[in-house]
Amino acid sequence: MRYGETGFNLEIDLSRGNIERVETDPRLTELHLGGLGTNAKILWDRVPPETEPFSPDNLLIFSTGLLCGTPAPGANRTIVTSYSPQTLLMGYSMMGGFFAPELKYAGYDKIILRGKSPDLVYIWINNDKVEIRDANHLRGKGAIQTSELIKQELNQPNAQVAAIGLAGENRVFTASIEQGRSSSSRLGMGAVMGDKGVKAIVVRGTKDVNLARPDEYIGLCNDVLKYIKFRGENPVPNVMTILQGLGSPQEMLHVDEQWHTENFSWGNARSRRKDFWTKEVEERWKDVQETVRTRLISCYNCPIKCGAIISVPGISTYMMKCFTKLTYTMAAFVDDLDFGFRIAQRATEYGVDGFSTPQIMAFAFELREAGILTEADFEGCPSDNEGKFFWLLDRIVRREGIGDILADGVYWAARKIGKGAEAFDHNTIKKHEQLPLKLGMLNPVYFLMYATGEKINITQIEGQFPQAPFATMEERQEFISDWIQCPDDKFKQIVLDWDFRGEHSNPYYPTVDMSVDIVDWQEKMHYIDDALGVCAGLSSFPLKPPYHMHNYPKFITAATGIDIDEDGLTEVYNRNRNLLRAINVRRGLRRADEKPPEDHWKKRFPELEEKLLDAYYKFKGWDNDGIPTKESLHKLGMDYVAEDLEQRGIIKNEQG
Amino acid sequence: MSKVKKKVKTIKIDLDKCNGCRACEVICSAFHANPKYSSNNPARSRIRMIREPIRDIYVPVYAGEYTAAECMGRDKYVIDGKEYSECGFCRASCPSRDAFKEPDSGLPLKCDMCEGEEEPLCVKWCLNDALICEEREEEVEEEEKLGDMEIGLESLANKYGLQNIADTVARMSKKE
Ligand code: SF4
Ligand code: SF4
Ligand code: SF4
Repeated sequence: MRYGETGFNLEIDLSRGNIERVETDPRLTELHLGGLGTNAKILWDRVPPETEPFSPDNLLIFSTGLLCGTPAPGANRTIVTSYSPQTLLMGYSMMGGFFAPELKYAGYDKIILRGKSPDLVYIWINNDKVEIRDANHLRGKGAIQTSELIKQELNQPNAQVAAIGLAGENRVFTASIEQGRSSSSRLGMGAVMGDKGVKAIVVRGTKDVNLARPDEYIGLCNDVLKYIKFRGENPVPNVMTILQGLGSPQEMLHVDEQWHTENFSWGNARSRRKDFWTKEVEERWKDVQETVRTRLISCYNCPIKCGAIISVPGISTYMMKCFTKLTYTMAAFVDDLDFGFRIAQRATEYGVDGFSTPQIMAFAFELREAGILTEADFEGCPSDNEGKFFWLLDRIVRREGIGDILADGVYWAARKIGKGAEAFDHNTIKKHEQLPLKLGMLNPVYFLMYATGEKINITQIEGQFPQAPFATMEERQEFISDWIQCPDDKFKQIVLDWDFRGEHSNPYYPTVDMSVDIVDWQEKMHYIDDALGVCAGLSSFPLKPPYHMHNYPKFITAATGIDIDEDGLTEVYNRNRNLLRAINVRRGLRRADEKPPEDHWKKRFPELEEKLLDAYYKFKGWDNDGIPTKESLHKLGMDYVAEDLEQRGIIKNEQG
Repeated sequence: MSKVKKKVKTIKIDLDKCNGCRACEVICSAFHANPKYSSNNPARSRIRMIREPIRDIYVPVYAGEYTAAECMGRDKYVIDGKEYSECGFCRASCPSRDAFKEPDSGLPLKCDMCEGEEEPLCVKWCLNDALICEEREEEVEEEEKLGDMEIGLESLANKYGLQNIADTVARMSKKE
């Protein structure tokens, strides 16, 4: 019997309509754990690097994490993997909600889609019974609407549906996959799904997920719940509100948006509005939010309520994830939050990434103002800010007129438009829109995370180390006093020594080596979460979470019977990190791509930044161009990767 | 049967506090696995979330008594514009539907208040306090507790008749 995992993948060839249930090799779980790790392995083995994202040969993988479907609180992530149309690199985007556990109960660890269906279809997985069904009647339907229609049509209220909207059908590069209260948004996984002709995947399962050491495991789960309760009652002091608790930022709960509206940039990541938050705004926004929010809700088996049901009178109900409430409002310079809730409803039905899409629209209006796009491109566009954004959103998801060019995202659109439009592409990393942040002083840890992260989402790289120094020694000591998550005392010393000003402040403190250490730890936690399918909001993302380096090995061992300790887990992480890097290196990723937007920080330190990158690469066992060396791949048991890179001339013979 | 004073546990359900997470289903199914906690499968749970987020319907329902026959009432309820058949919210494990039945054997399930545990586990795992355990002292008729096996057999007896079951058992014992 397999523990933790089911031991079976579902392989579906959409071109031929072939469906197979395939047993997997348990050894791969030991090497890569599951989720992200084994997804990367499949992509490396089976999709040649020359493959275009919209090729039938590209795979689209829906994977559960190793702990999904077990009683571990918050283990509910689906890891969606493919080559991204936007970055052209490996895309891996997580969704919470209810899909992954259901898939496990149906008896599968992954769904691997290959080929392309000639017609629009949906896939219906009911335990051992799997069908490809016609979805022509769902063409053009919203993502939530689709999910409701399918559940009705199948008479399956308990099925879980992951669906795309119009944006995915039209291969908009920022198309998302919407599911329950969550979505896989970053890196265009919805576009690949649309390209494959799949409108939705529906799953219902009623089988067991087995555990190797049940009593130990349930004990660990109870500890996690106890800790979640404790943290709920004891928010981390001396940090801003959104960093005090667990989960993803509680945007649906909190109504005080002074910090976000005054510190994040508006429009196309340009302007700060430092005095935006007045008493009137505060009252109005609070009123709007509390009126439309019917209930705070959670993902599968998690007590933290970071999502919400939103019912705006006159339009259909939807579920809102954390930050989308602000992204459209701020990009459009609209002062009323009501607009944010209304446009997010339409955007959710269309199925688009709420971070990138508003940025693309703001970018377009900037180009019009600059005369690079003309009035002809905007024929019929209303003149008010709200109307403008609704109008352009419709054009983008339909790929109509200028919307067709913008649908490829800021980077590609800027190059297609030309005439200096490239200069307005000032907030992308690796061809992908970033958080609209403009900051003062360079922060060395964040510099590294922005530059080298391959998930293209800063919130899913940063984590357990504080974002800023604490003001007084008392506060620092208080912070480290119960920091059970900290993997090594050296990090405690950094917290104690870190100051706002002087020798021990940004950008030279934490020092280059310390910064690399901190980044490695944060990355490690994210990679582990993404392999185990545990929500980052309970682990790698917040300060002092219930899951950490000291209890994770116990969870893995009790769930699967695989003997693993902290060193072993670190090795798996290094393997997964290097494999992902190798996949992207094979697709052309180099040092030159690893840089944050030019004006991301006001004060830059070119020499220091080079040193940070040098040290980071060295630490990882990569050469100066960010390519894993033969030697470090050998140490991780990945000679097959080294050989491949050597054959392609990416690793030179003299190296290693 | 004689009357005795007994502590009766009940669970109060506060629908307004439920976030639809199904943690209650998770722990219930794990607790009732054999061996305990060895597997998880909400389809075996003795509590079931009726969860329709888009319509703001979140109703945890506990498995109650097994009913031998379908009931006569099949009324429709309309909640917030959507029609539900009353079956949807019924606590019984009933021959006409799958709810509250072991997925493979089809045998009925019933909430046993987590016999042997200090506190019902679904209540313990519901950190949102949507489920609250209440204890009160009551004069109740002393009844014999039916074990899982008996509940199962009773349902089989209702379906096939006691004689049929006895015959089958006899036949099976001969084969061994
Ligand atoms: S913390 Fe929030 S996002 Fe994470 S599993 Fe819980 S409800 Fe979902
Ligand atoms: S555990 Fe509580 S909040 Fe979660 S679904 Fe069950 S009753 Fe609702
Ligand atoms: S009290 Fe125990 S048996 Fe009853 S539903 Fe809750 S967890 Fe299940």
